[in-house]
Amino acid sequence: MHEAYVAISIIWLFLFLYAIGGAIDFGAGFWAMYYYERKDTTAANFANLYLSPSWEVTNVFLVLFVVALAGFFPGAAFALGSLMIVPVSLVLILLTIRSAFMVYSYSVQKYTKLLRYISGITGLLIPALMLTVLPIIIGGFIEIVGNRHYILFDKVLTSPTVYAHIGFGLSSQLFLSSLFLSDYAREANSNKTYEEYRGKAIMFGPIMLSFAVAATLTLMPEAMWMVENMARQWELFALSMFAFSIGYSALFWPSKKVRIGQPRVAVILIIVQYALASFAYGWAHMPYIVYPELTIFEGLTNLAMYQSLLWGYIVMMAILIPLFIWFWRLFLKDKRYITSEK
Amino acid sequence: MDNVILARTLFGSSLAFHIIFATLGVGLTFMILIAELVRLFTKDEDYAILAKRWTKGVAILLGVAIPSGTIVGVMMSLTFPGFIEVVGQVIALPFAIEIFAFFVEAVFLSIYIYAANRLSSTMRIISVFFVALGATASAVLITNVQSWMNTPRGFDMIDGQITNVQPWQAVLNPAFSYTAVHVVSSAYLTTAFVVISVGAYRLLRGNLSAREVSYYRKGLMLALIIGAATAIWTGSTGHKAAVGLHHYVPVKLAAAEGLFETQSHAPLAIMGTPDPEANRVVGGIEIPGMLSWLATGSTDGVVIGLNEFPREDWPPLFVHTLFNVMVGIGTLLVALSVGALLWRFIFKKNPYPNWLLLALVPSGAFALIGMETGWIFACIGRQPWTIMNIQRTADAATASGNLGFIFVLFISLYLLLLVLTALVMRFYFQRNPLNNEFQMTTSV
Ligand code: HDD
Ligand code: HEM
Ligand code: HEM
Repeated sequence: MHEAYVAISIIWLFLFLYAIGGAIDFGAGFWAMYYYERKDTTAANFANLYLSPSWEVTNVFLVLFVVALAGFFPGAAFALGSLMIVPVSLVLILLTIRSAFMVYSYSVQKYTKLLRYISGITGLLIPALMLTVLPIIIGGFIEIVGNRHYILFDKVLTSPTVYAHIGFGLSSQLFLSSLFLSDYAREANSNKTYEEYRGKAIMFGPIMLSFAVAATLTLMPEAMWMVENMARQWELFALSMFAFSIGYSALFWPSKKVRIGQPRVAVILIIVQYALASFAYGWAHMPYIVYPELTIFEGLTNLAMYQSLLWGYIVMMAILIPLFIWFWRLFLKDKRYITSEK
Repeated sequence: MDNVILARTLFGSSLAFHIIFATLGVGLTFMILIAELVRLFTKDEDYAILAKRWTKGVAILLGVAIPSGTIVGVMMSLTFPGFIEVVGQVIALPFAIEIFAFFVEAVFLSIYIYAANRLSSTMRIISVFFVALGATASAVLITNVQSWMNTPRGFDMIDGQITNVQPWQAVLNPAFSYTAVHVVSSAYLTTAFVVISVGAYRLLRGNLSAREVSYYRKGLMLALIIGAATAIWTGSTGHKAAVGLHHYVPVKLAAAEGLFETQSHAPLAIMGTPDPEANRVVGGIEIPGMLSWLATGSTDGVVIGLNEFPREDWPPLFVHTLFNVMVGIGTLLVALSVGALLWRFIFKKNPYPNWLLLALVPSGAFALIGMETGWIFACIGRQPWTIMNIQRTADAATASGNLGFIFVLFISLYLLLLVLTALVMRFYFQRNPLNNEFQMTTSV
């Protein structure tokens, strides 16, 4: 395989990890706000129990993705940098407000409510805004004058596909986070909270799926090449749909531990669904980073750097994975922790 | 303003903001480790309370340090894409390894904060050790890139093309060894003095129970010892950095000292303004031969002056002031902390008289100013180059428009967060007074 493909697969992997982690993180932040004043359920507590130890680790995955992209594909920096400066700056500002206010809300009891609303809502907007980058880099929204790239904002703001992507971002995080938290609540034997989040997951699953389809269909006028490439990947998309159907149905399977549903199976299969779909999407994107300007071959770094980075990441992951497993046990499995805040 | 200036100001101010929180994060985790160790040996619960309250401080600081770090990390690609194009080809390794340090720090910090009660006391100390290690390592690794920008190695530049890349040779560039220790020592120093400030202020304000006074004195004492040690250490690493400049980046040393003519017996100029017409520093104090002695170890050593370099390669001459401020503060802090310690051991009866506390109160602010001027000196003293003798800043900057609007957004955000974080800290520590903690530890 060409080095560029190895490198872009690593980038895909990092992006995928952050997409799942980030969606759960921002979604959980939203639920912590949504259930904040509800006295009848511990749903907000569960969201916080998950968030407090994990948000920093999740954020590092974002940095991992950015740094790996700049390291493996320095040739992409100029185009992406000048193109993305406005949307990415907005994301960064929201991200900063969100994290800072979330930490403030843990420290200043008197204003917890206000602070949590601010962090919940800014957090909710982040994945939505991040997803608008996708249609922008596959064409139709960029103008190149000399060697300067411009985003055609008026075109972006009036394009249905951009809104479909935003909807997909919003529904994805709400779906993934409620699904994940339902499993977390089941792990802690908190049946009421489990039911609460299960209900939300059942609601947002089909909404997410419709937005995914809508986002693809509305791409046609903007980036037909992409839609054609995606059609060529139909097997993967079909598999992904299949994983979704089984995973979603697992929420209705009988169970010994809870009234109904197998949330762990659902979580795993839905992650498989996202993996398949995003891989197929990424594959259809190849070989372009920014269409039609920049391909992965032009962006790739030199061989020496490529090899040191590759080894660096392999060694790093080998050391970190046991650490993550320990972390997982301490905060997602240990009954003393997950039943502590009731 | 033109685009390049805007890009520089935007990026520079983002860094200046990030490092306040990052430096304190690096220093505080180190001090928590020390407090935990002292407690292990003395069995004095006050040190556990110190560690606990500092940990809360770290948790609040990191709420801003992490997203602001994410900002600078991403913004570097946005505002200086030309620089990233070179970084990605030559010096991408420290950035990649830094992620590793971030993960280690973030994971162990969560473990230390949220799982402490489920860990044995050895495991707890091991966790906080890794937190401190991760934080310090991230400072060292980011400094690695910065040192490489001063002394770029590990590649050949042929007709504007980068070839023959040797990533590890780039990492082991000559400026790395002396810059890294100086950054680490100054981060520890800055935090120790911020803690000294808070402690001195508390004791000075009075209205404390005997138990509280004893607690604050212990904290102040611990911070003073760390402060004195790191202040001396920072002076010596700073001296090594200056000697390093003499060898590898002579134009920067010349600008820092306002030295125009290459000469032996070069004088050390303190304050004053470098004047290119007069070819010397006017209005300052000159110590004959001192610069030669500091840079080469002997008063007849030759130090290179600015006139050896073409005018368009000179850094702005005001870096002389930045450099003087940093060095002046370094000297002042050594005097303050060593003096306070001596006083403490000579006059045991009244260990901290009010005038001494009053003198200690502003030391934290001084340390922060020293840290900021040091960095700004390091970055502006490299101008007009982003990568010394390889890439000009103007060629590295983004061509994108819209920067003005973004700049206003970010600056407002930084101001807001500076104020809010200070308020949150105050609010938290007022709402959770020491007495609560005393009761908790006695009832356990
Ligand atoms: C409170 C912080 C602090 C204090 C008291 C000092 N420094 Fe410093 N200095 C820094 C904080 C700092 C820094 C922020 O950490 C810098 C900026 C870039 C770097 O590598 O470290 C730095 C850079 C820096 C450089 C430039 C290195 C380069 O550009 O490559 C020199 C020559 C010195 N320092 C020398 C000194 C001397 C002789 C001091 C005498 C006491 C001193 N510093 C005190
Ligand atoms: C962390 C503390 C730092 C501060 C406060 C700081 C400050 C600044 C300032 C004020 C500028 C603008 C220079 C000018 O306009 O003349 C600047 C530029 C820059 N700095 Fe630093 N800097 C810091 C550390 C670093 C580090 C660690 C790196 C490398 C990874 C770095 C890379 C750059 C780059 C790429 C520029 C833009 C190009 C240039 O002006 O040379 N800085 N910095
Ligand atoms: C004096 C210089 C600096 C020091 C001491 C420093 C230290 C730190 C520390 C301690 C953190 C928190 C790490 C964590 O808990 O995860 C942090 C975050 C970060 N820093 Fe800095 N930093 C410095 C300058 C820079 C510069 C110049 C950049 C980028 C070019 C940078 C990029 C980042 C990033 C991307 C993060 C966020 C990591 C995360 O998401 O956890 N830092 N920094």
